[in-house]
Amino acid sequence: MTYTLMLFESEEDFAARTDPARQEQYLAGWTHFTRALKEAGIVVYGAGLYAPETAATMKRRGGELMVQDGPFAETKEQLGGIMVIDVPDIDTALEWAARAPVATVEVRQNIPPLK
Amino acid sequence: MAMEINQVIEETARDAYGRLLSYLAVNWRDLQAVEDAIGDAFLSALETWPKAGIPDKPEAWLITAARRRLIDRARRTRISDSALPTLHAMSEDTQLLTTSDAAFPDERLRMMFLCTHPAIDPMMRTPLMLQTVLGIDAARIASAFIVKPSTMGQRLTRAKAKIRVERLTFEMPDAEEIPARLDSVLEAIYAAYGSGWDEAASVDSSRRQLAGEAIYLGKLLLHHGPSEPEVYGLSALMLHCEARRGARYDDEGNYMPLSDQDCSRWDQRLIMEAEHYLHTASQAGRIGRFQLMAAIQSVHAQRLWTGRTEWVAIAQLYEGLVRICPTIGAFIGRVAAVAEAYGVDQGIHLLEAIPFEEVVNYQPYWALAGHLYKRLNRVEVARSAYSRAIGLSTDAAVRQFLDRQASELMT
Repeated sequence: MTYTLMLFESEEDFAARTDPARQEQYLAGWTHFTRALKEAGIVVYGAGLYAPETAATMKRRGGELMVQDGPFAETKEQLGGIMVIDVPDIDTALEWAARAPVATVEVRQNIPPLK
Repeated sequence: MAMEINQVIEETARDAYGRLLSYLAVNWRDLQAVEDAIGDAFLSALETWPKAGIPDKPEAWLITAARRRLIDRARRTRISDSALPTLHAMSEDTQLLTTSDAAFPDERLRMMFLCTHPAIDPMMRTPLMLQTVLGIDAARIASAFIVKPSTMGQRLTRAKAKIRVERLTFEMPDAEEIPARLDSVLEAIYAAYGSGWDEAASVDSSRRQLAGEAIYLGKLLLHHGPSEPEVYGLSALMLHCEARRGARYDDEGNYMPLSDQDCSRWDQRLIMEAEHYLHTASQAGRIGRFQLMAAIQSVHAQRLWTGRTEWVAIAQLYEGLVRICPTIGAFIGRVAAVAEAYGVDQGIHLLEAIPFEEVVNYQPYWALAGHLYKRLNRVEVARSAYSRAIGLSTDAAVRQFLDRQASELMT
């Protein structure tokens, strides 16, 4: 079964990505985590996402299409990346979520592909 | 006043929940029904006590209220006549409790044996015990075990249904059954404590938020259970580990491994208590895994007085431990001790003999591998081992510690 780990980052995390003083350590955290996932042989797909302010969000309001700058919702923590893993159950998926170098991870099972 | 009463109710709940539940469940057998009834009883206490005042015997009051709920429920669901004698007997018991100074029967030991009954899924024994004996809610148990709360709730409900449907016995096991059954109880309590081969594994465990509860369960067993050396061994082990709680982080919040800990921050009172239990255990002359693990911690504790760690003694104790209890944690602990006592090469030799598939996702293995390869100056292997250890850690302070260790590697 495949599960998606939605990895949420704080403003501070996003800032660390480009702060010369913290960048190396920030990136190393991800390197270690993804290495452990790869060695476990469970990675289906993974991607980091650029910061939320680079996002464009499309909304339909009463038939009218609107495009706005920034993320869909202004929350303290924003989606920073996703990781799709192939593990037997949600217990195992949560175990991996606990190892992620972020404070918040949402875990959901993927719907199997349509035949 | 309302505050005070809430406090009394809360305190009563903490002290008495497991005793109330066990007492009612032993007679009533339907754990879920008893839990609901006790929940209702506490609710009505919150409503009634502030108006009518706190009763002389809060526990007896709660039992009476809970029993009334059970009887109502029995009437509604037309429970068979066979339940009636039980209800009447309970009713008489409760009368006695409310009118005399008779001691409240403590059935928590029976409950502990029930929770670890061979028919109960081993994974669910600890959660079930935490909920029934200590009244810890499913959500908190779920977090400590890193399980989805609704899943944990369903599993607990299923386990309770199994007890009811299969009519699992609340009787104490027979004398010849005791050793095996007791072992399951000890195992379940130890699982709640969640300690590992070294300090880092304990800090890294999400179970550490339940350490106090595990110690409480250990003491309960000590006071009410069979006087077996392993019972003392388990409490000695947990108290030795607990004694170092305050030394695991420095003032800046950095994680401190055992060998770097300032022993003046260890809790001497807990160490003495642990030593006392270990001594009592040893009187029986029957060694077991928990006594051995406690003895290992006891040797570490001696540094408080001698200023040094007797690694040879620790390595010998681990030899004994892997023989009677060959868990992966014990093997890793043995490698660490052998490396300290007889040299890193010998340690590495043992480390590389551990079957690889058992340690793919086992953080302590990789942390130790990084440490040992670093000492042999095998920089690349060490770096990669540290990286995997960090990737498998769940605690930020442990990650930082391992990261510092890795950064000391020569490039």
